[in-house]
Amino acid sequence: MSFLKASLAWIEERTGAMAFIAPLLFHHVPRNAKWWYVFGSATLMFFTIQIVTGVCLATVYAPSAAQAWESLNYIDNEVPMGWMLRALHGWSSNAMVVMMAIHMLQVFLHASYKYPRELNWITGVFLLLTVLALAFTGQVMRWDQDAYWGLGIGAAIADRIPVFGDQVRAMLLGGPIIGGETLNRFYALHVFVLPGAAIALVGLHMVLIIKNGISEMPKPGAVVVPSTYRKEFEERMHTDGVPFMPDAAQRDMVFCGVCLIGLFALAAISGPIGPGGMPDPTLINTNPRPDYPFMWLFGAVSLLPPASETAIMLIAPAIGVLLLLAIPFFSNSGERAPSKRPAMVLLAVVTVMAIAALTWEGTTSPWSPVMDGWSSLPTPAKFTRGRTPLEMQGAVVFQYAQCRNCHALDGQGGRRGPELDAVATRLSYDQLVRQVQQGGGNMPAYGKNLDSAQTAAVVAFLATLHPSNEPDSMIPGAQLPIPTGSAAAH
Amino acid sequence: MSDDVKKSCGCGDCGCGTAAGRLPQSAPRRGFMVKLGAGLLGVGGLLTAIPIVGYIVGPATKRFSNVWVELGSVALFPAGQTRFATFLNPIRQPTDGDSAKTACWVRCIDTAKYQVFAINCAHLGCPVRWFAQSKLFMCPCHGGVYYQDGSRAAGPPPRGLFEYKWKVEGGKLLIDAGRLPGLEESV
Repeated sequence: MSFLKASLAWIEERTGAMAFIAPLLFHHVPRNAKWWYVFGSATLMFFTIQIVTGVCLATVYAPSAAQAWESLNYIDNEVPMGWMLRALHGWSSNAMVVMMAIHMLQVFLHASYKYPRELNWITGVFLLLTVLALAFTGQVMRWDQDAYWGLGIGAAIADRIPVFGDQVRAMLLGGPIIGGETLNRFYALHVFVLPGAAIALVGLHMVLIIKNGISEMPKPGAVVVPSTYRKEFEERMHTDGVPFMPDAAQRDMVFCGVCLIGLFALAAISGPIGPGGMPDPTLINTNPRPDYPFMWLFGAVSLLPPASETAIMLIAPAIGVLLLLAIPFFSNSGERAPSKRPAMVLLAVVTVMAIAALTWEGTTSPWSPVMDGWSSLPTPAKFTRGRTPLEMQGAVVFQYAQCRNCHALDGQGGRRGPELDAVATRLSYDQLVRQVQQGGGNMPAYGKNLDSAQTAAVVAFLATLHPSNEPDSMIPGAQLPIPTGSAAAH
Repeated sequence: MSDDVKKSCGCGDCGCGTAAGRLPQSAPRRGFMVKLGAGLLGVGGLLTAIPIVGYIVGPATKRFSNVWVELGSVALFPAGQTRFATFLNPIRQPTDGDSAKTACWVRCIDTAKYQVFAINCAHLGCPVRWFAQSKLFMCPCHGGVYYQDGSRAAGPPPRGLFEYKWKVEGGKLLIDAGRLPGLEESV
């Protein structure tokens, strides 16, 4: 024991390591800083996992467009523990984004960004951007169909930039097409530039935490006054604070331990994420989707009105980042308690709900046609019973002409257009003919694509689609009956 | 003299600022050396930055010309039909692998009259699919729909499908292909 002590003293005398580390470990933190404060630590733990597993994966992964996909399958199937390393890296990435979001939400709700912690918040915003960039470039590393067409979407958005669109796109892709240099560009970002930036930013974030202290739990009435805050805070820490180690660190350790075991279980049970289909752009039967951290953006981009989408896609992200950066400058003093900042709480709630709703929309993507709806979905039996041969023929045309890709019957089919179970209560026979032939709304005109017999048949079928207890649609005043005689079927 | 030196040193306790300290250079000389050092580093840094920046922005400044690529015999593209065709992108690198493969849709309107469409939707670049029964191209991403002549039929695309220039030589259909199609210029 005394030998150990002597050894430590020997090292300490030559390095001064403990003199450097001790203030970091034992600095005083607020007594009431309880479980709310564990999320930043968990984010950092997942980041550490990312670095370790990432370095391991880099020892086998081939960062070349010709071989990346094969090398991932090799890691999954041949390399000992390779599948688990990929699973840990993939799930830890998602977990890091989630923890970071919760940490940010907590800091926002408690207004911890107010004086003197403005730069804590700002380095945090840059960390957010860096981590999201790591997540996006990580998706590219998978180099499967989703990665290829995701890059295609990125290229198409870059191409919409006025004047410099072409140059920005070429910079992004590393050339005029998505190819070898594209993957290597994103690889350099993913393994060198962005992790380097993240490590530097984490270091800065930590230095600021030590310098400014951990903020207390907000209390109504305990307002931040910049001129006196620091002095009073330091006094309170001196008289009422507790050392970070072990009083606060014990909760961090317990929470991080639970997170780590949870991550292990998730990775072991769910396995590695992807790779999906091989990155051959001539295999076009694909349905590109981004990873979960970007599903809300995918949903948002999909729901923009076409007329303004270019402007919104290019400007909104910049405005969003500027607003985040500006928050501590708009309000850097005053109340921190959520109960005294109802508008900010509402803003946070609305933002979380919007992101959740857009993630749901992106996941279900009701705007996407069901590309095999026409060939794979059955015509519901209830819509064929008692129909005339012409109407039955119309049901066939309805499938054959891919109407089902965008229109659901009995809940099955595309949701791009309205479900047609009761279309005859909304549109009269003549209106149905007009809609099929001329399209409109979001529907192509089928006038030139169907011959008159096909049109007559499909409209005859559509005119039968209404519940038996509801009347057919009529043009007001015209009182035109549906001339197919099918009403008797009901 | 010694006071000036002390100010510019700023350490105050190493003895370097006192007359008794180890001070091999006079203050003006040291000021000159700092300026010289900063100047040399600046010039060297700028020189080094030229190739680095040039390397990074290279793809944006390099011009690529499209090349006539053979899609196959005209017999593969019968009149009145729209057929899937693939080619190896003429602008490719050895490391591209499968990603150098490119797909397109060839519509033969009539003998020796063609339209060759890029696979990429004009909205956000996803691969469109041809449906011969309804004579429509549909995009799986956001429901962009195009008529058989490539014009926009429905959905969010701001324009029709991108078209390649084509020609027939020696019974083969050729297209002018290369860069990924985009809104700034058609293919």
